[in-house]
Amino acid sequence: MTITIDQIHALARLAHFDLSPEQASQLAQEISDMLGVLQQVQTVETTGVSPMYTPVEQPGRLRADEVHQDFSRAQILANAPETDGKHFIVPRIM
Amino acid sequence: MSQLAKLSLIKIRDLLQTKEVSVQEVLTACLDQIQTTEPQIAALLYQHTEKAKTQAQCLDAQGPNPQKPLWGVPITIADNINTADIPTTSGSKMLETFVPLQDAHCVAKLKNAGAIILGKTNVDELGLGASTENSAFAISKNPWNPAHVPGGSCGGSAASVASGQCFASIGIDTTGSLRQPASFCGLVGFKASYGRVSRHGLMACASSLDQAGPMTRTVADTALILEVMAGHDPQDTTSCQTSVPNFIHGLNENSLQGLRLGLPAEYWQDLSSEVDMVCRKVLDLAQSLGAELVPLSLPHTPYVDAVATILTAAEASSNLARLDGVRYGYRYQQTQDLNDLYTYSRSKGLGMEVMRTVLLGTHVLSSTNYEPYYNQAARIRRLIQQDFIHAWTSCDLICAPTCPTTAPLLHASNKPHQAIGLTAAVNLAGLPGLTLPVGLGEESTLPIGLQLMGPYLEEGIVLRTAATLEQHLPSLQFPFA
Repeated sequence: MTITIDQIHALARLAHFDLSPEQASQLAQEISDMLGVLQQVQTVETTGVSPMYTPVEQPGRLRADEVHQDFSRAQILANAPETDGKHFIVPRIM
Repeated sequence: MSQLAKLSLIKIRDLLQTKEVSVQEVLTACLDQIQTTEPQIAALLYQHTEKAKTQAQCLDAQGPNPQKPLWGVPITIADNINTADIPTTSGSKMLETFVPLQDAHCVAKLKNAGAIILGKTNVDELGLGASTENSAFAISKNPWNPAHVPGGSCGGSAASVASGQCFASIGIDTTGSLRQPASFCGLVGFKASYGRVSRHGLMACASSLDQAGPMTRTVADTALILEVMAGHDPQDTTSCQTSVPNFIHGLNENSLQGLRLGLPAEYWQDLSSEVDMVCRKVLDLAQSLGAELVPLSLPHTPYVDAVATILTAAEASSNLARLDGVRYGYRYQQTQDLNDLYTYSRSKGLGMEVMRTVLLGTHVLSSTNYEPYYNQAARIRRLIQQDFIHAWTSCDLICAPTCPTTAPLLHASNKPHQAIGLTAAVNLAGLPGLTLPVGLGEESTLPIGLQLMGPYLEEGIVLRTAATLEQHLPSLQFPFA
């Protein structure tokens, strides 16, 4: 299976990557090569087999939905690249 | 090299508890070993030296505490596991400045048991890789021969323990990221059943596969660490509620009488001649100790590599969407637009291996490819699990080489999907898998690991069998002795 440069750019837009022409070309080749190998899964007969998404298939036991505070606002903001002391700051969006 | 740094974790623990050595003496032995070995192996991304020294002084002043099974024992933690107030980068420029607010659940348990966190070890960026060459900060080397990789993604952890910098390290095993480097560096590495150890505070790569586990120099050390780390955690909905057995108990058995050891044909082919020879000698040993060898087939093994690659890419592409430059991590500053902020922060903060995995994951999750790739892989995953369930009707454990070769040369193999064929099945099925060092290759003179895989939540029999074999195998010498 071949992934074209256009398809790589389309995937990159979905994943929020900006690829240089060299990166796009390299990734298109590498992912095409990988898909060539991964296509083998389509040769396996799986009619009637239910997908297994996790090894723990029993529903998880939920915690009580109780409000509690683990961290202060200052702690939560401490790792952010930009804050005003109260909020995470991003470029204006409207 | 100090004699103290060569001892097993259990031996050091006993000497500390009886005050035959002080915590500061043990710590000094480790720090000296770091100074000697680190320039050659680059195992550590962060050294927590000053706080470790302060902690050692405090512990010595307080005196030993028999209630704390790891009292005063220096360990390291892979850098994709959160450690409160200690930088945790996961080998990524994206997280170069990230300092977690809290410990991962397993780290908190190790600290509560008295362990000293000596440093954070190098990993392939965000756990994606199999050689620790994909870290944004350093390329770790194999202590047995620095021209070779230590394996990965948790290669720094393996290099750190193998070179005597610490007595144990904790890594994450997604498709073999812990067992493969442990095998390459001559260590015991154990991924317990999915859910045994809480995933809370692990930097998720593929959530349905990830499990944290120990790397140590002996089986008993691994049993002790696992016993501390394991247990239910309400913060992780996939955390197992089954009580944690005493894993140390029964590790001194001298016989394998009555044990049925399954040998899947698919795992015993395409091996390098030295791996094949060393591992088959261990089968002879097991037989001489009373084990019955049971040839069998795990027929979906040829698809393990592809299934694990598809599911890992899909889950990683979703998990890594959170790295967006808003709440933490690297941000590209020269933009006035939110979309551009996401795009340029991710593009400049993440490496090519991560981009390749995320793009592959995005592809297999897209509407036209979801069914033929993602869902089909998830169906084969169930068939792989059923292979194991069927195998347990004729054997108690499954035994196979951990890796088909010894550690490759640096820069020789950089594609993780080439290296997971023998290790990823237990991640897919949620089963325990342990690698035991069983000798050195005649040609490469590098360590070789044998893998024991057990039924779900049957870590005890895996550890007991490994310990019995270990008693009868010559122990590997220290690479930096």
